[in-house]
Amino acid sequence: MSDWRGIAADGLWRNNPGLVQLLGLCPLLAVTSSVVNGLGLGLATTATLVISGVTVSAVRRIVRPEIRIPVFVLVIACAVTTIELLMQAWAYDLYRVLGIFVPLIVTNCAIMGRAEAFASRNPVPAAAFDGLAMGLGFTAVLVVLGALRELSGQGTLFDHAELLLGPLGEGLRVQVIEHYRGFLVSVLPPGAFLGLGLLIALKNVIDARRGARPVAVPAHAHGHGAA
Amino acid sequence: MDAGTRNAAFSALLLALFAVAGAGLVALTHALTRERVLANERAVLERALHEVMPPEAHDNDLLADRIEVVSPELLGTRDPVPVHRARRGGRPVGVVLTPVAPDGYNGRIRLIVGIYADGTVSGVRVLSHQETPGLGDGIEAGKSGWILGFTGRSLGDPPLERWRVRRDGGDFDQLTGATITPRAVVKAVRNALIYFRDHRDELFAAPAVEGEGR
Repeated sequence: MSDWRGIAADGLWRNNPGLVQLLGLCPLLAVTSSVVNGLGLGLATTATLVISGVTVSAVRRIVRPEIRIPVFVLVIACAVTTIELLMQAWAYDLYRVLGIFVPLIVTNCAIMGRAEAFASRNPVPAAAFDGLAMGLGFTAVLVVLGALRELSGQGTLFDHAELLLGPLGEGLRVQVIEHYRGFLVSVLPPGAFLGLGLLIALKNVIDARRGARPVAVPAHAHGHGAA
Repeated sequence: MDAGTRNAAFSALLLALFAVAGAGLVALTHALTRERVLANERAVLERALHEVMPPEAHDNDLLADRIEVVSPELLGTRDPVPVHRARRGGRPVGVVLTPVAPDGYNGRIRLIVGIYADGTVSGVRVLSHQETPGLGDGIEAGKSGWILGFTGRSLGDPPLERWRVRRDGGDFDQLTGATITPRAVVKAVRNALIYFRDHRDELFAAPAVEGEGR
């Protein structure tokens, strides 16, 4: 029995790794100085979540509890290393921008957390979907925070999109505010903390509003405890 | 063998199996991507070299015609610094070297400096730095034109004692809100020129070394 809508809602909103579980904050805060950086790391993290989720779920019946953690570590480390090599081969410029944060995906607790809490207890399709939902939820936070900081920091959006999309991204850069002098705090690390704080606050306000009007809450949102 | 030992042996075997499978996957990916990754690295280096040494100025392979030198005082690092040599018809055209400005506002600034055989700067770019965004990062060619101001300069133009930022009584502008960063870069470029002046003939005469380096 798989509750697909529940899994999607969990990853994207209710139990979002970036806004609710607050996992993987190190890369989240470090690379979100622009939309493109956030999107690049988000997609790499999503790929890792899906691959590790599928693998962990596929072997969940033969791996004994006492060796499950080392096995998870192995699976995640191999997935990340493989993705890193593939990025070096096919997205080298983006890899140079993200630098150390690609291998550091390994330390993103969200991945280990999902392997332990979900993938090791559910069938392969559900685990794959959970990885996808969690990854996209994380990516969404990275992109929104990146947009917030890029816009307030340098007045643009999608700067350097060609790093991610190749020639397709050449003309994508948008100068939203003309002759913008830049707002240094947004680009520096404190801007990441301030921005994330605002996003979490915004989510809580939205949740509180929805909670105050019980009529508007869809039925499936009830009685689904977070893992 | 009792059940506990059997279980432990099975777990150990399983773990070993995962380790072998994982290592195999990574090794396979590495083998499949190695050529491409090396080509990417070469392309990036070649692009950087050609930013500071125009491709039409020379006819040799800049990447291959490479030596390594060590000069902590003038090149800012105790590590060997690669020197790429540009030639045309076998005659020296210039060199490209990658000195370090050790005294940036926020650590080391890695530069790539092209120098023509007569001691004129053919171009300077920043390879990596951690200077403050919005202030010191004006040394990047993408952020401001400041770094282009070195092109065409030499140790006589301006005279050696005026190879400083204006605040220190020299000829080079500082950046708005940042003096330490440009000061470090000006000094590093000047030192690279001095190094080239003092070692010019050996630099071109030394036999090229094997290997790519990064």
